[in-house]
Amino acid sequence: MANISIKRIKKVYPNAETATIKDANLEIKDKEFVVLVGPSGCGKSTLLRMVAGLEDITDGDLEIDGVRVNEFSPKDRDIAMVFQNYALYPHMTVFENMAFGLKLRKTPKAEIKEKVEEAARILDITHLLDRRPKDMSGGQRQRVAIGRSIVRDPKVFLFDEPLSNLDAALRVQMRAEIKKLHRDLQATILYVTHDQIEAMTMGDRIVVLKDGNVMQFDTPMNLFNNPANKFVAGFIGSPSMNFIEGKIDTEDETVFKSKDFKFSVPADLRPCLKSYADKRVYFGFRPEYIYDKAIEKTKRLSQSMEIEVQALEPIGSETFVYFHFTGNPDHQCCFRSDSGFVYQIGQKVTIGVDIDRLRFFDAETEQRIM
Amino acid sequence: MKAIKIQKILFLGILSLMTLIYIGPFLFSISISFNADKNVFDWPIELIPSDMTLDNYKNVWKDLPFGKWLFNSVFITTVQTISNVFFAALAGFTFARLEFPGRKIIFTLLLSSLMIPGIILLVPKFIVLNELSMINSYGGLILPGLVGVTNIFLMKQFFETIPKDLEQAALIDGCSYFRMFWQIFIPISKPALAAVAIYTFQGSWNEFLWPVIVSYTEDMYTLPLGMASLRHELLTDWPLLMAGTIMISLPTLAIFIIFQRYFVQGVSSSGLKG
Repeated sequence: MANISIKRIKKVYPNAETATIKDANLEIKDKEFVVLVGPSGCGKSTLLRMVAGLEDITDGDLEIDGVRVNEFSPKDRDIAMVFQNYALYPHMTVFENMAFGLKLRKTPKAEIKEKVEEAARILDITHLLDRRPKDMSGGQRQRVAIGRSIVRDPKVFLFDEPLSNLDAALRVQMRAEIKKLHRDLQATILYVTHDQIEAMTMGDRIVVLKDGNVMQFDTPMNLFNNPANKFVAGFIGSPSMNFIEGKIDTEDETVFKSKDFKFSVPADLRPCLKSYADKRVYFGFRPEYIYDKAIEKTKRLSQSMEIEVQALEPIGSETFVYFHFTGNPDHQCCFRSDSGFVYQIGQKVTIGVDIDRLRFFDAETEQRIM
Repeated sequence: MKAIKIQKILFLGILSLMTLIYIGPFLFSISISFNADKNVFDWPIELIPSDMTLDNYKNVWKDLPFGKWLFNSVFITTVQTISNVFFAALAGFTFARLEFPGRKIIFTLLLSSLMIPGIILLVPKFIVLNELSMINSYGGLILPGLVGVTNIFLMKQFFETIPKDLEQAALIDGCSYFRMFWQIFIPISKPALAAVAIYTFQGSWNEFLWPVIVSYTEDMYTLPLGMASLRHELLTDWPLLMAGTIMISLPTLAIFIIFQRYFVQGVSSSGLKG
């Protein structure tokens, strides 16, 4: 297995006005599971395909295991890739599909058989070896596609949204299987998805991309708790973080003023906001860290805020409560409540936010202040 | 309901009439080929001959160099069909899948050559082949029909419908572009290849004009040309001619019936998808 080094990589398509990837810098460690995530068109697949050698690199260096591979063809990079629509050869059986890459590398027949059977055993597809792709379900096809990549024992595995075509239940199952496979194979994996839950549950580290820029490269929990900027804060987490735009007023005490509410910043957070006096900032707080003051008595909560319940989304174990602050009925926010507590639409509730989880972002740069 | 029923009957009537128009002459040819009487056009015309015989079929083999013409036709058609399938697929793959400077211009030029009526090209083709000393030879008969632009277009359209991921998976597996063409694209393009093969076979088997121009000795004749040579100004042995014609139309008929599924599939997939 190998580490991947992406240094100042840039991708500009011919006749394009802007770069698809702008100056990407990533150091992916050996045996690491890294997920590239971001909204459609952010360049995550382009970046993956540049690592695969399916797209030319406009500028910068790509190293696999310390060797610069910019000019190497895909077959010489010692990588394997799993595609969204499986890309199995329809006229070949599962065995032939899995063996094809090995055959081209002139691997002895006995070794091919051994490797394919071993991969089939790991993926539980031994009984499918004689079938053709059209005779299999989506989940089985995806296993075969994964099998085709593992038989080659490559340095790096690349996955391009491999679970997007599967139904929800199968996706959860395959998620766990790929994770287990990573543990068993001790492989370096680069995985693209647009699904942030997939990214959070699978990746050792996650690269969040937006408009060709790497917004943050960090562990899932760090992305969740300490997002580098407003985009990451909003993209990671479901439902996403609530944002309120306002101004910091430091006349008497440090106060965050917005259309929604006026909020006294807790004393221990004031030093960080000192330089933002009279400047516009975003106040961010996650739905997970909002509490009903009538119920939660133990946590260190912020000053009370009055809200009105607008809509309820019970999902079983908990309920998403959509609300607005009394000062701004047009701006909807959300908090997660234990499904044991019953709220009514129109009900007025007093809430507080966990002080340690309050986040502020510079309104201009959108970078996190604290 | 009544209107629909009338419509159905009307459609069926038109369909039957059209079928009769197309199949009528063919059935009449079959009838003539079994007729022992040489004066087949004497009134009243007998659609079912009163004097039936197989002699006409026997005479085709006995009286004419039918074996030689059959060999010529089979040889030319086989070579042209194989080469059309191969080269059309190769060129179609290149235009559909490879990026190279001038790709669009070359393809447009190729397509625009379809606008030139074939008749206009007869003389230049003849002059070129004459310079190459290929007149009245297999080379002269075969060379101009080695690959057709329509077939290239058909294959290009088909290859464009094959997902790009498949090509990329093959590249990562270690395929060269030729191997990808040969081992991945060709096996999954059977319907389109079959359509190209059938078109070419039909065209080549029935080709009349070019063999007339390029061959002048009887031993270089193809079957359609050989049959046409039986027509004389004063006397034509119609039953013999029809027996030969029926015999030479059998392979095309058989191939069409056997590959009909592929044929329809090929035409629809190459024309509509993508």
